[in-house]
Amino acid sequence: MSTLKFDNNSIRFDLQIIAAWVAPNSRVLDLGCGTGDLLSYLKTRKKVRGTGIEHDEEKVAQCVEKGVTVLQGDINAEVLDYPDEAFDTVILSQTLQQVYEPAALLRTILRIGKKAVVSFPNFGHWLVRLQLLLTGYAPVTRQLPYEWYDTPNIRVISIKDFRRFARTVGFKIFKETAIRVNGREGRTIGFIPNLRASFGIFLIGK
Amino acid sequence: MSEYIEHDQQGLSVGIVARKNFTFAAPPSEMVLENGTRFGPITLAYETYGTPAADRRNAILVLHALSGDAHAAGIHSREDPKPGWWDIMIGPGKGIDTDKFFVVSTNILGSCMGSTGPRSINPATGKAYGHNFPLVTIGDMVRAQKALMDHLGIEKILAVIGGSIGGMQVLEWCVRYPEMVFAAVPLATTTRHSALAIAFNEVARQAIMADPNWNHGDYYQGPRPDMGLAVARMIGHITYLSDEAMRHKFGRRLQDKSDFSFNFDADFQVESYLRYQGTKFVERFDANSFLYITKAADYFDLERQHGAGSLVGAFAKGKARFLVVSFTSDWLYPTYQSRAIVKALKKNGLEVSFCEIEAEWGHDAFLLPNTRLTSLIKGFLERVYTEIRQQ
Repeated sequence: MSTLKFDNNSIRFDLQIIAAWVAPNSRVLDLGCGTGDLLSYLKTRKKVRGTGIEHDEEKVAQCVEKGVTVLQGDINAEVLDYPDEAFDTVILSQTLQQVYEPAALLRTILRIGKKAVVSFPNFGHWLVRLQLLLTGYAPVTRQLPYEWYDTPNIRVISIKDFRRFARTVGFKIFKETAIRVNGREGRTIGFIPNLRASFGIFLIGK
Repeated sequence: MSEYIEHDQQGLSVGIVARKNFTFAAPPSEMVLENGTRFGPITLAYETYGTPAADRRNAILVLHALSGDAHAAGIHSREDPKPGWWDIMIGPGKGIDTDKFFVVSTNILGSCMGSTGPRSINPATGKAYGHNFPLVTIGDMVRAQKALMDHLGIEKILAVIGGSIGGMQVLEWCVRYPEMVFAAVPLATTTRHSALAIAFNEVARQAIMADPNWNHGDYYQGPRPDMGLAVARMIGHITYLSDEAMRHKFGRRLQDKSDFSFNFDADFQVESYLRYQGTKFVERFDANSFLYITKAADYFDLERQHGAGSLVGAFAKGKARFLVVSFTSDWLYPTYQSRAIVKALKKNGLEVSFCEIEAEWGHDAFLLPNTRLTSLIKGFLERVYTEIRQQ
């Protein structure tokens, strides 16, 4: 028995919001699930039947150790194998900005899942805008901490961009929340979210 | 699989264990084999570790590979301190925790390690079966194991675990007796041999059959085909390692000499190693068993046998939760073969975890001390044990 028990109360603020949108006893696929914190939380709190996909061996092992079902692999390839509507909710948390073909991935996600939750760091945040304007360098923030030459974040998305993307690709936005985070804590932003929020979280469907 | 004798570093062990025998299918109730013939009696050698729970829901079936035996953990006596082949994994507090689980380890039908095989005496003739032993399949081996489970009163197996040919048996269990298998852990395995794997097996078999002592399998009264079996084992050992492993282990280093001998002695360390492995193997293994088991492995084809050519179809009957594990340097059963299993399981909506472990030791990696593999198995078993008790 592992002595290092995951503390269910210490789940990140953005993950708490995502978790609140997931129905109890439902089937969930978490793309880029990391060490399985969200799935572990959903399993304990909501009796969810979850699977994660993660490419990093170490993180995959940590998932299995905490009792989370996980596949080691590339999300773009792994999603293709599932039958239609295999899941109630597919979660793409803070990964969209790293996806090479976001439209194709989202279409597949909405084929294999009835709904999807997508979250990403908001590039429209005032700090990002201000940095570029004042310094002339590509922005580096707490949410986007990389330099241009080593960032895995190949897509630059703002909350407004994602709304327009929904119209272009043809999916519906059922719910959206903008948040500002500070460590594991955070709060929702209602007023001019595209300028003030560090993350956007969307519940989408066909 | 190679033979690795690894004592647990922490000295944890199930202690002294005894081999048991279970005999069934005595005439006139012989088992009808997949090739259509009736065969019996059949004896399976097996060992158990840990204690069965009152509801028998903590049973784990461990299945060995080509040359393994029922002795998977512990020692047989103080005088014979050789631990079982998976002593690093099975024991108190280990990956397969005998404080919690009741572990059954059985020798396969066709082997020579206590179960009925070509070397066994045919009660009808009073002589060894030799080449009259039927060509048993992986399916036949699993059906024999089912009889053992019935005998032990185990209706639901918490987890069936095995690597290589043992992993094939795990997969066979899942589709043949889906109601009985709650969880499955196929390691470093495949649903069917590639041409490459069959090719190596065929060369190994040819080495045995080319040995004049083999005498068409009828050699139990005279000299044994030791040379052929040793060469067969040497070929096997090459496939169990990897280029990287062999480079690190041997390179081009010479064995006990500073220059070439300019004859056909074992100059290189790798030659010496293979000769040693070959010689050691003939002391404990029977050449005919090697032929029969490798043939069974070559015939194994889950999609053909259970899915009319489709692996997705084969797993349609499956019900188990899976943990599939492959190793990066395994070129005998490469990761793509494990991924094919995972893909078919996903298409059937079955719960599957998959991990490809970075390891340089080739196919044999599943037998070597590996904290990653141990923690994966431990975590997975914890989870499914919780789930089976909630049902």
